Amino acid sequence: MLEVRALSKRFGGLQAVKAVDLDVRAGSITGLIGPNGAGKTTTFAMIAGFIRPDSGSVRLDGADVTRLRPDRIAARGMVRTFQVTQPFAGLSVAENIRVGAFLRTADAAEATARARAIGTRLGLGAFLDRPAAALTVAGRKRLEVARALATNPKLLLLDEVMAGLNPSEINEIVALIRDVRAGGVTILLIEHIMQAVAALAEQVYVLAEGALIASGTPRDIAGNPAVIEAYLGHGAAARMARHA
Amino acid sequence: MKPVLALLVAVVALAPFASSSQYLVNIAMLTAFSAFIGQGWNISGGFGGLTSFGHAVFFGVGAYTVAILQTRWGINPWLGLPAAFVLGGLVGAGIGFLSFRAGLRGSYFALVTLAFAEVFRVLSNSSDLTHGGLGINVKLQLGAANFQFADRRASYAVVLVLLAGATAIAAWLKRSRFGARLVAVRENEDAAQALGVGLVRTKTAALALSGALTALGGVVYTQTYLYIDPSIAFGVERSVEMLLVVMIGGAGTVWGPILGAIALHLIADVSRTWIDTPGFAPMLYGVVLLAIIAALPGGIAGLKGRLGRA
Repeated sequence: MLEVRALSKRFGGLQAVKAVDLDVRAGSITGLIGPNGAGKTTTFAMIAGFIRPDSGSVRLDGADVTRLRPDRIAARGMVRTFQVTQPFAGLSVAENIRVGAFLRTADAAEATARARAIGTRLGLGAFLDRPAAALTVAGRKRLEVARALATNPKLLLLDEVMAGLNPSEINEIVALIRDVRAGGVTILLIEHIMQAVAALAEQVYVLAEGALIASGTPRDIAGNPAVIEAYLGHGAAARMARHA
Repeated sequence: MKPVLALLVAVVALAPFASSSQYLVNIAMLTAFSAFIGQGWNISGGFGGLTSFGHAVFFGVGAYTVAILQTRWGINPWLGLPAAFVLGGLVGAGIGFLSFRAGLRGSYFALVTLAFAEVFRVLSNSSDLTHGGLGINVKLQLGAANFQFADRRASYAVVLVLLAGATAIAAWLKRSRFGARLVAVRENEDAAQALGVGLVRTKTAALALSGALTALGGVVYTQTYLYIDPSIAFGVERSVEMLLVVMIGGAGTVWGPILGAIALHLIADVSRTWIDTPGFAPMLYGVVLLAIIAALPGGIAGLKGRLGRA
């Protein structure tokens, strides 16, 4: 469904992303992990059209979307959320979600009904008429997902929806993401937390210092020495092998 | 709350028709007029957060459109309304497209609009088409067919109809997809874009609609006072009036401009009976604006304490 080829971006003297290749199969949950500063969010922003890549291509369902604006890409069915949540702070939760719903209908009543239904499904039912600014971190993460879902996406790009949540909140959102995929939405998720991705994704890509260092099933990845070193530092894989 | 408010506004708005007091009708007319052009500003500045310091550019375009059409080409001033609406919309679309495509926001956009208004003032000051600094006198030809009324109550009625229309548009923004997208852009551009909202398109459309409406105010001005010159048309005072009315009443609300206009003219009138020094009114406006920003950021309409539901 999504094919990323040789995507690169340089910021001044820093090569933030180096020739990243990535495939997301329709109906799958695919993970993109890596330590802080690995270039995950930059990769994401390029895929969704927020940052223009220096080179490389992004294809969605076979069509080139590399240089399209974010709103055009969203209209084609690929919608992102933000790691640092971006609520429409002055609006209510339902009004926030409604903006997403309006991508697929011009009818206000229909958009409102759809927004409230999605909000309720994502556990925001009690907060629909409250200001979005009053939500907790966990609530805001849910709102990000709800707004994106309201656009009826084919492919959902989730940028660290679990960061900043406590373990029980993470369990809830993991269940929620499974539920979303069961509803027919393909998911690409960025995470810092490897366990969360292992629990969800069928295919995982690991990014370190801007380049892909590994890809495979979560099980393959967990035992990969290059991945362990990227997370824990040089020599960590050897030390772990000694202790095992 | 809503029906009571609407009823109250209707009663206050219609009271001058029952009165023979020229003074009362005049005040009502000026208030409704401020509310109307304020509502024009509110479409883009309030709902869209596109704070403009130069909305007089649209007012002036409307005022000159009707003046030039009838004095040069003898075109009936009623046709000035649609002509000004279209021209005001085009100027809004032009300024919007240039500014928003260049990514101007916030105070940068505000300063650019101020500059556009100044450019139009300078141009109208030196152009033959506008009679330069002399301005344009419209010949007195009283009669409804000429859009010139001996009875100020008739002018007031025209303004009320325009105000009702502009308020209906604001109410539509509250419900519609376009309005939801415009508010989303005001609240968070990145998030709006991620949800499929085209930024340049949405903001440009809002400024065009706002410009079209505000230009109608210029038409009414010319037909009421039968004279227009560059400073009246494009002077910063007019821009400030619109901004002030909306800030006091409540930006991005349906009733804000009306509440703000009533408050502003009440303040101006009461203060005039005490102190009749020139320059006192603008100073007082400044103080009121500061007080509103400090104590009531949502304006009078925000008093209810609920977000933008007025």
